[in-house]
Amino acid sequence: MATVAEMDALNVARETLPPPRHRGFSASLKRYFGTPLNALITLVCLWLMVRLATAAWGWLVTRAVVEGGPQACKGGSGACWPFLAAKLRFMIFGFYPYDEHWRPALALVLFLAAIIVSMMPRFWGRGLVWLWIAVPLICGVLMYGGVFGLPVVTTTNWGGLPLSFMLSFVGLALGFPLGVVLALARSSKLPAIQVIAIIFIEVVRGVPLVSILFMASVMLPLFMPDGLTVDKLLRAQIAIIIFAGAYIAETVRGGLQAVPKGQHEAAAALGLGYWLAMRKIILPQALKIVIPPLVNIFIGFFQDTTLVTIIGLLDFLDTVRASLRDPNWQGIAVIEGYVFAALVYAVFSYAMGSYSRFLERRLKTDHERSAPGG
Amino acid sequence: MASSSSNPLRLLNDLRVRAVLYQVVAVALVVGVGLYLFGNVSRKLAEQNIATGFAYLDRPAGFVISQSFIAYESGNSYARALLVGILNTIFVSVFAVILATTLGLIVGIARLSRNPMLSLLAKLYVEALRNVPLLLYLFLWYALIVAVFPPVREAWQPIPEVFVSNGGLIVPSLRWSPAHSGVLLAALAGVVLAFVVAGRLRRQRVATGIERPAWPFVLLALLLPPLLATLLLQPDLVVNWPEKGRFRITGGVQVTPEFTALLVGLGLSSSAGIAEIVRAGILSVGRGQWEASRSVGLRDGQTMRLVVLPQALRVIVPPLTSSYLSTFKNSSLAIAIGYPDLVMVSNTTMNQTGQAIEGIAIFMLVYLGMSISISLFMNWYNARVALVER
Repeated sequence: MATVAEMDALNVARETLPPPRHRGFSASLKRYFGTPLNALITLVCLWLMVRLATAAWGWLVTRAVVEGGPQACKGGSGACWPFLAAKLRFMIFGFYPYDEHWRPALALVLFLAAIIVSMMPRFWGRGLVWLWIAVPLICGVLMYGGVFGLPVVTTTNWGGLPLSFMLSFVGLALGFPLGVVLALARSSKLPAIQVIAIIFIEVVRGVPLVSILFMASVMLPLFMPDGLTVDKLLRAQIAIIIFAGAYIAETVRGGLQAVPKGQHEAAAALGLGYWLAMRKIILPQALKIVIPPLVNIFIGFFQDTTLVTIIGLLDFLDTVRASLRDPNWQGIAVIEGYVFAALVYAVFSYAMGSYSRFLERRLKTDHERSAPGG
Repeated sequence: MASSSSNPLRLLNDLRVRAVLYQVVAVALVVGVGLYLFGNVSRKLAEQNIATGFAYLDRPAGFVISQSFIAYESGNSYARALLVGILNTIFVSVFAVILATTLGLIVGIARLSRNPMLSLLAKLYVEALRNVPLLLYLFLWYALIVAVFPPVREAWQPIPEVFVSNGGLIVPSLRWSPAHSGVLLAALAGVVLAFVVAGRLRRQRVATGIERPAWPFVLLALLLPPLLATLLLQPDLVVNWPEKGRFRITGGVQVTPEFTALLVGLGLSSSAGIAEIVRAGILSVGRGQWEASRSVGLRDGQTMRLVVLPQALRVIVPPLTSSYLSTFKNSSLAIAIGYPDLVMVSNTTMNQTGQAIEGIAIFMLVYLGMSISISLFMNWYNARVALVER
């Protein structure tokens, strides 16, 4: 993702180009075919793009199998659309009871709506806190049921896209306060607290997420007191929260370091204690600085939740894989399934990435306005 | 604030007292939770009759590992099996890092090309790789390899004695002996020597200003040690030819599809991140540097190599370190496609012995140790390329 500095530098790079003498056709002709090398590069790229486009078009449209079942797809050499049609609901909702699919669907819609609302600067305010307390609760009740006449659906039947969203969003929402506390602890002046925070952060960041997931799934039950069993899904969620916390802590620490020392001194001069100064003066500034990198961390986490597949949870990637292993379709539409999953992940990741770039621009202009000159 | 009052609660207002108190509470909390969890574990382990300790490492492992770079049989100990896993992890990570750095450098520079077509292609490459989870790509590459290549019985033979099938790539190999290891070590020494000689010559050039071709000396330094070692040790040249049987191919060296899928997946996905890092680094070098280099008559390629890249490295190295670290940690996804890395071997070991705590402790410690070594090395390199300010 382009940072603010990169965007600036990109503009600088553009300025290094000789000023275009002619606008329009002849200028762009020069950009594409200016020197022999440039012309060669253009032609090679063009050839490559045409090859890619025709291959994709042929696979997706001309040679695609549109009707029929597994047998029709077996003979075909193009994309197998019937597979996607037959398996779409399973891929999205997993083993959630078929007749109850409207519940996770509604939860997904609510969730996405809440996200879209929170992404719009005009809604930024205290109301969002209440929204984010309410929405996960409503979604949880919708998914689990047990009240309002909704039949109970245990977490073992949860899967697909709602599960992926839940693991990543709850992971971030609860990892965030953990991360802030860890960041404050790490930049604290008290040695014992600092050491505890450093050990926690560095250990979690030094090992792969797979190992933390393993630890949560294999070791956590051993650590629990007798009689207390922790749901498998919850265990994975705890692992993701811990992982998120350590990474967020380092980002927030960067933000804390970026707050000028004068702000600390001014807070002290006003007679504010540590907690009050942090809450009212330092953290608001630090967190504002780190919003764009936090969104980037979040894209990473959204993708990392696919790793719960390894400990046997049915997230979106795993429901896609389970569809591919369906005896009727086995070995027929492997590429189609993965390409579909890749597209879904790419759409969400790209949307979040674009949002992060938008935020950077916006926060940047806010800052610039107060700066003299320009 | 003097503690004139006799009320002990007033002491809490003293900052130093409070600092000590906070720390005591924090440490007590950590130790207390730790002891509580430890108590639970030891009681449960005793109830379930699970042995503790690392004695199991000496017992025979009894499982096969599909790829190893040291001699390993299922009768060897668990410790050796873990060593095989560690080496497999290191091997695939090192190759992936090399692949990712090369590709990332190329794509990062291509993204800055003035040719809009080329920069668009590079951008497409980066976006396609960054917006899809690595694990999905691993599954996809693995599925593609298995789907595209024929089964072992109908293995292709693009050139004689080289077999390509969905069981992997099989090429002839040398029958390895200690003499070969000696030659290999000498070759490594040659590489080091070449770097030293090149550095010396460069310093000489800078000091004297006399431009003399350096490459003959560097080439000599590179080739002399392995040639000498070959003459001294006289390694046998016995080739292990692959032979096609009814169901499988024996002999030769096999590059498994798991290894290939992991290497390609890791390498490509990190290359996208590295491309962005390289781009940001190059953009951070002011345009005055380009103009100045042009005015002293350097060509574009020379400017890039001699002026821009050395300065860009200062911006590039720290994020590159994190990128290498995550490549190395992401190699643990090997378990999803069945490449026998450290995590997979540990997992098999844990399943067989039931000693989960020891197993997880070992592989977490190994990862931590290696992560810290990579950080230390890259920090040393960073200190070397960092701007020396007065």
